Amino acid sequence: MTATAITSAVPLTSAARTARRTRFLQWVGVHALAIAAALFFVLPFVFIFLTALMSDQQALTRNLWPDSWHWENLRTVWETPGFLTWWKNTLMYAVLGTALTLVSSIPVAYALARFSFRGRNVVLMLVIATMMLPPQVVIVPMYLFWAKQLHLSGTLWPLIIPMAFTDAFSVFLLRQFLLTIPKDYVDAAKVDGCGDFTALLRIILPMAKPAIAAVALFQFFYCWNDYFGPQIYASENPAAWTLSYGLESFKGAHHTNWNLTMAATLLVMAPVIVLFFFAQKAFIEGVTLTGVKG
Amino acid sequence: MTLRQKHRRETLRNLAFLSPWLIGVSVFFLYPLVSTVYFSFMKYDGFTPPTWNGLKNWQYVFTDYPFFWPALRNTLWLVVVMVTLRVLFGLGIGMLITKVKTGAGLFRTAFYLPYLAPPVAATMAFAFLLNPGTGPVNNILGSIGLPQPGWFNDPNWSKPALTMLALWGIGDLMVIFMASLLDVPQEQYEAASLDGAGAWQRFRFVTLPNISPIVLFAVVTGVIQTMQYYTQPLVAGKVASGVIGSSGQQFEPGYPEKSTLTLPQLVYHLGFQRFDTGGASVIALVLFVLAMVFTGFLMRSMSERSTA
Repeated sequence: MTATAITSAVPLTSAARTARRTRFLQWVGVHALAIAAALFFVLPFVFIFLTALMSDQQALTRNLWPDSWHWENLRTVWETPGFLTWWKNTLMYAVLGTALTLVSSIPVAYALARFSFRGRNVVLMLVIATMMLPPQVVIVPMYLFWAKQLHLSGTLWPLIIPMAFTDAFSVFLLRQFLLTIPKDYVDAAKVDGCGDFTALLRIILPMAKPAIAAVALFQFFYCWNDYFGPQIYASENPAAWTLSYGLESFKGAHHTNWNLTMAATLLVMAPVIVLFFFAQKAFIEGVTLTGVKG
Repeated sequence: MTLRQKHRRETLRNLAFLSPWLIGVSVFFLYPLVSTVYFSFMKYDGFTPPTWNGLKNWQYVFTDYPFFWPALRNTLWLVVVMVTLRVLFGLGIGMLITKVKTGAGLFRTAFYLPYLAPPVAATMAFAFLLNPGTGPVNNILGSIGLPQPGWFNDPNWSKPALTMLALWGIGDLMVIFMASLLDVPQEQYEAASLDGAGAWQRFRFVTLPNISPIVLFAVVTGVIQTMQYYTQPLVAGKVASGVIGSSGQQFEPGYPEKSTLTLPQLVYHLGFQRFDTGGASVIALVLFVLAMVFTGFLMRSMSERSTA
C-alpha cells in the first residue's frame, strides 16, 4: 500500500479508496478473529455460571440454559459445613503470607539491586534457581522437619512461616523493578545524611509502589490458589483446609451435583476476579516486568 | 573512618539486608536438598529409623516402579505439544491484541482473566465442560455432528484435554508477547514495507528477530513449568475417576491408564501414600536435575537478552 502511494500513477482518489477499503476489511478481519478467540476464553465462565444456577435434576441433563434460576445454590454452598472455615483459612494464609513476603523480600531485593559485594551473582543465581525449582524437590525432608520436629502438621504454619524468610519470585520481581530506579535519588538522600535503611524506607519504597503492589497481588493469589502445600500439611485436619483443597473434597461430597460444584467453583474464583478488576494495572506490570526486562 | 572500618560496616550492612534470604535459603532449600540426597540412599518409612539401602532406591525407581517411565514420557509429550502450542497460541493472541483497535481493553481482559483462575477451580470447571456425557463441549460437538471424545476419561484424549486447559490460561504469555511486540521499532516495519515486504516477510524478517529472545524465554519457562505440572493433571484424574474427596489413598495416580501422570505426582505417591521416603527422594532428585538443566538455559537466555 505504501508502495502504491509512491509510484502512484493512478488518480489519487481511487488509490485512497482502495486503501480505505483494505483498511476496513482488515479491521473487520482482526475483530472477527478477536471475537472468535474471546469466545474460547469467555465461554467456560459462561457455562460454569449457567450450570451453577441450575436445579439438581437439570444439571444432569444436556441442557445448556437453566429452566429456572436457582440462586439459592450459592447459599447452599456457602452454608455447607466447612466452607466458611476454608475461606477463613485461605484468607489467613494469603494475608499473612503476603505481608511476611513483602517485609522480608524488599530489603533483599534492594541489596541485590543496589549494593555491590562479592558473591552477588551467586546469590542472584540461587534466587533464580529456587524460583524455578518444583516444590516437590524438597518436600519430603521439609515435611519431616515440620511434622516430626516442630509438630506443626495439620496447620498452615509450615506454609506461612517460610515466607518470613523471603520468596524467590518476589525478590526477583522487586529487584528487576528497583534496577530501573536511578541511583541518584539514593545518593542525594545520603548526602542529606540518610542511612541505607532510611533511604530504602523513605525514598525507594514510595517509588516502588507499583512493583510492591504487583508482588503483593501475585503472592496473595499464589496462596489463594495453592493446592500442593495445603495437601501436604493440612489434609489430615479438615479444620485447616483451604478453599483450593476443600473444593476438591466438595466435589466428592456432592458427587453428582455439578450445579453445586460449579457454584462452589464460582465462589472460589470470585475474589480473584474481583481483585483483578481493582488492580489490573499492577498485574500487567508485574507480568511484563518478570517476562520482558530480563 | 578508615577504609577498613568502612569495608567492615558495608559487609555488616549487606549481611543485615540479606539475612532473611540467607536464613531462608539455608533452612528451606540447602538443608532439605542435602537431606534428600541422604534419604535417596536410605531405607526409611518415616517412622522406624532410617537404614542404609545403597543404590536400591535408585534401582527400584528406574526398573521396578511402574509409574516412573510413563510419567517421564508424559512430561516429554507435554513439553513438545503443550509448550509449543502455548508459545504459538500466546504469540498469536499477543499479535492479535496489538492489532485490535475497538474494545481493546475488553478483549485484553477476556484473554487474561482465565490465567488468574485458581488451578483447582479451573480444572474442575474443565472436567465439567469436557464431561463426555453431559458436558457442554460434547453437547455442542454432537449437535453439529462432530465426534465426541472421552476427554479426561480416555487415555488418548486426557493430555489434549489438559493442553486445552493450559491454552485457556495463556494470559501471562499474551501480556509478555504484547509488551515485546509493542517494543519493536516501527521504522523497521516502514523500511521493510518500502522494500516491498509482504505481511509474512515483515513478520519473518522484522518481528521474529526482534522478539526471538522473548520466544526463547517463553519456551524455557514453559519447559520448567511442565516439570512442575502437578495440580491440574492430579485433580483432572481424580475427578474423572470419581475417587475425589476421600483421602486419596485408593487413588491410582495417572487415571486413565497412567496418561495424566507427571513426575511431581510420584513424589507424593511414593513419599506420602506409600511411605517410601527413599524412592520419593530419588524422584525428587531426578526432578531437581531436570529443573536445574533448564534453569541453566533460562539464565543464559536472560543474560543474552540483557547484553543484547
